[in-house]
Amino acid sequence: MLAQQIVNGVVVGATYALFALGFTLMFGVLRVVNLTYGFYFSAGAFIALYFMTTGGLSVWVALPAAALTVGALSVVLDQLLLTRSRRTDASEMSSLMITLGATLLLYSLATAWLGADIRRMPAGLLGVASGFGGVRFTGIQIVILGTSALIVWGLFALLRWTKLGIAIRALAENSDAATLMGINTRLTFAIVSFVSGLLGATAGVLVGMNYNGVQPYMGETMILKGFAVIILGGLGDVRGAVVAGVFVGLLETLVAAYAASSLREAVAFLALVLVLWVRPSGLFGVSEARRA
Amino acid sequence: MVGVRGIVAIVGVAGCLLLNLSHAGAAEPIAIGAIEILSGPNSKYGVAIKKGFDLALEKVNKTGVLGRPLEIAYEDSAGNKEQALNAARLLIGSKKVPLLLGPTLSGEMFAAGPIANQRKVPIVGTSTTAIGITDIGQYVFRTALPESDVVPVVLKTARDKLGVKKVAVMYAADDTFSKSSYDVMKIALENLGIETLTTETFSLKDSDFSAQLTKIKGLNPDAIVVASYVEAGAGIMLAKRSLGISDKVRIIGGNGLNSPKVGEIAGAAADGTLVGSPWFVSKQDPANDEFVRDFRAKYSEDPDQFAAQAYDTLFLVAEAIRGAGTAEPDKIREALLKTTYSGVLGKFSFTADRNPADSSGVIVLEMKDGQFHILN
Repeated sequence: MLAQQIVNGVVVGATYALFALGFTLMFGVLRVVNLTYGFYFSAGAFIALYFMTTGGLSVWVALPAAALTVGALSVVLDQLLLTRSRRTDASEMSSLMITLGATLLLYSLATAWLGADIRRMPAGLLGVASGFGGVRFTGIQIVILGTSALIVWGLFALLRWTKLGIAIRALAENSDAATLMGINTRLTFAIVSFVSGLLGATAGVLVGMNYNGVQPYMGETMILKGFAVIILGGLGDVRGAVVAGVFVGLLETLVAAYAASSLREAVAFLALVLVLWVRPSGLFGVSEARRA
Repeated sequence: MVGVRGIVAIVGVAGCLLLNLSHAGAAEPIAIGAIEILSGPNSKYGVAIKKGFDLALEKVNKTGVLGRPLEIAYEDSAGNKEQALNAARLLIGSKKVPLLLGPTLSGEMFAAGPIANQRKVPIVGTSTTAIGITDIGQYVFRTALPESDVVPVVLKTARDKLGVKKVAVMYAADDTFSKSSYDVMKIALENLGIETLTTETFSLKDSDFSAQLTKIKGLNPDAIVVASYVEAGAGIMLAKRSLGISDKVRIIGGNGLNSPKVGEIAGAAADGTLVGSPWFVSKQDPANDEFVRDFRAKYSEDPDQFAAQAYDTLFLVAEAIRGAGTAEPDKIREALLKTTYSGVLGKFSFTADRNPADSSGVIVLEMKDGQFHILN
């Protein structure tokens, strides 16, 4: 029983972590609180659903195709909405306000176009559940864990060992100095937007598949959870987002299982308050200056 | 603000026009009012109700009431309390209707009901199932069976026919409809002597139910009783299956799960789900056969429970106006309390507090291959 609950919790946590990664990356590097990020989660799920049902593609093609499409969408929206405020060096509050307006518009348009009804992924995706000593995994849960691990590792490798990664970290640390060193700021910003959109969309597709339901407003509930996770992990801290995501997923599940399910909603935010009392910059937040 | 004076002027002009029109006709019809959701996202309910009324109206008007044809003046509430309230004011104040049908939602009734009650015009809800509707006042009636009449029948059937002795209960704690449905279930379970192993809550927005269901799996219940709407209910069914809880452990739902959408979303995972309904399309009796046949002929689609309830209600109301002998609100109110009628939902009469008196028409439905069927 405990083993099963831990599996449940880690799977939920992995989707939180995946979602929070892109969110925290945007904040750390682009210096914006981009609320349209929640919409990418919904958009990814819908586009993958479209590729699978209307396009007749397999999951393995539809998932990356949807993620890449949303990545591109993310670059376009970022350029459209935030270029101006970036040029004028506007505060983080202004990006919050701009993207809040844009998100409400995007959700309303999506609902007007697609309807608010929940939609189902094609039946029998990725096979049935299998048991290991009384603990059950579904095919999709294994895919969630595998994909998340792969993406987290890939992102770490990118940031640590590639020239692009160094450029991204340099921008996160000090964008003026990075520009003076000859780093192409606009291109790097666009790449980070792309990667973030891709991460948000991947999380959306996986969550849509796991619970077999896709709905335009699914990103709105996720973004609240995402906020708690990235603040808990330290704003802009990639490693912190992963650990905090899994931690929140596990905590929620174990509280629902062994304390009371009515406390489940509150527990992530309770943890957030407690951690911020002790460590104002989050679990792994080092200091204001070093991020990403 | 448009200005109260402006509204009064508009209403006044509209009223004069209507009066002129109604005086122009030779055989003056009796006009009753109806407030339903005819536009917006919830219009499927109001439109189904209107179809039920209109079909019944055709039949009533073959003979008419008190030697005059009956007529329904519709107002659209769009699912909005304010609009329902204004519709009630308009219909009572300027169209002078002696009776109101509707509104569609319980929330709208809590807004429009007090106005009708204050003006002493009977108002009859055909789809308002919430607790407390008829407590609004002496002029507020409902023909919809409240959940407290439907749920006990389903649980009793599950106990007697399927041997359900111990259950786990799940409900959406952040929603008033689900909570009220849960309260009804809790009382019914206690009265029937069915043991509740655990009570788990969730949020309507949740998509992950694995923690609660893993816990429930360990307790080995005979069934899981769920108070929620379709989306979360279907999510629970899908998660239940993927966690390997036996298909023999049925989901027993409240009114919120009585929708064909359950089967559409959850697919095979919904099989075995039990719900109660005041009416079902394939119910076998002469009155229902006639209703379903005529409805299909007129609208080229199957009726749903909202259309069926509206259909019966219009006959009942026509009967009450005949009994009153005059189209005066107070006389109609008295007649309604005495009227008995046997329609597609079975025998019907009102209790002294203006609720349906008889729940023997409740049918237990079982989900099979993505569709509800009458449980054998």
